[in-house]
Amino acid sequence: MPQIAQLGETYASQIFWILLIFGFVFFVVGRGMVPKVMETVSLRDKQITEDLSAAADARSQADQEEEAWRKRENDNRAKAQAIIAEAKAQSAKATEARLTEANVAIDARMEEADARIASARDGALEEIETVATEAANDIATRIAGVSVDEATARAAVKEALNG
Amino acid sequence: MNSNDFGGRRGAVVNAREVEDVAAEQGKVDPMHQFSIHPIFGTEGWEVAGYNVAFTNSALWMIIAAVAVLVFVMGGLKRELVPGRWQMAVESMTGFVDSMLAANIGPAGKKYVPYIFSLFMFILFANVLGLMPLALVGVHPFTFTSHFSATGVLAVMSFTIVLIVGFWKHKLHFFSLFVPHGTPLPMIPLIFVIELVSFLVRPFSLGLRLFVAMMAGHVLLEVLSGFVISGVNAGLGIGPIVSILSFILMIAICALEILVAGIQAYVFALLTSLYLNDAENLH
Repeated sequence: MPQIAQLGETYASQIFWILLIFGFVFFVVGRGMVPKVMETVSLRDKQITEDLSAAADARSQADQEEEAWRKRENDNRAKAQAIIAEAKAQSAKATEARLTEANVAIDARMEEADARIASARDGALEEIETVATEAANDIATRIAGVSVDEATARAAVKEALNG
Repeated sequence: MNSNDFGGRRGAVVNAREVEDVAAEQGKVDPMHQFSIHPIFGTEGWEVAGYNVAFTNSALWMIIAAVAVLVFVMGGLKRELVPGRWQMAVESMTGFVDSMLAANIGPAGKKYVPYIFSLFMFILFANVLGLMPLALVGVHPFTFTSHFSATGVLAVMSFTIVLIVGFWKHKLHFFSLFVPHGTPLPMIPLIFVIELVSFLVRPFSLGLRLFVAMMAGHVLLEVLSGFVISGVNAGLGIGPIVSILSFILMIAICALEILVAGIQAYVFALLTSLYLNDAENLH
């Protein structure tokens, strides 16, 4: 076993070189480089945390702006609805007014027409009475030989007509 | 030990290697040969406080592992906001170590990330590099984590940090670690001794676990490859069947060893962080 057989002549060299070389590794790599590597890692972790929190902030701000936009949008919609409702009411009112006007005109014309019809009927009745009176006078003269004055005849006719 | 002694011993090593080479020529595979340390240069005169510190193949592969870790982590230093694959891989490794320390120690574990990361990556790359089939291109990988003289240094280092942190933070109160809450008064001396021993065993278990796991896997692979070669050399008959079965087993064990390479690095880092938790938070 060379580890033991050569121990006497090699231990000094082994101890010297491993101390020297491990010392080199410790001071150059361990003390010199490893802290830089770990600093890079922690810097990256820090930046990732910061970026994440910035992203969260941006998202909450976006949410707020969306909320505000939605509110504005709802307000505008409500305003538009109000305008539409007002316009509808106005137009309904105008229509009603014109309808009333037209109704009044039609009523007036109908009344006028009724009046005309009534007067025409009255005229016609008068004429019928006159004709009937004359006819009654005639009939009375011819059949009974009685001459009836006109007023009596008319009264009699009126009585017969109106029942 | 001085350099003259080392020269003598080196001669002995060279003789041993010649013997091994002879053994290899005879078609026998020595499963332990892969763990032998050869000086590459610096056998003469490279001394620190009287100890020879020759640059060996072990040291070479430590440097290769260190450079691999360096290159790997450097690729993750682009510091881009959206990471590429490489940067992602490096960041997931640091994140893995960071979360392990956060889970085991808590917020106070953050300051140990450089140490545990270096430990984990260094051991992981050493283990995995040792398993690379580089012998196909003529390079023989050396797994220095299969030497307790290397893993022991790492284990003692972790243990020392635990001691320093514990006594620095809790002063002598650190000894309360050895007396769990609710221990009956007459039991305290006994429990204290048991806990103290189990605490002092930690660096040995830490270092030996890694060394044994790595060595066992490499020996197993080497023995099985010996079976494959012997089976083929045995000619017709039972030989080729043994070879094929051993080869299939080798493939499966290679997969297992890659898993073990990762797990042992993880276990070393995990146990170190658990021990650091004791030092930081007591019980």
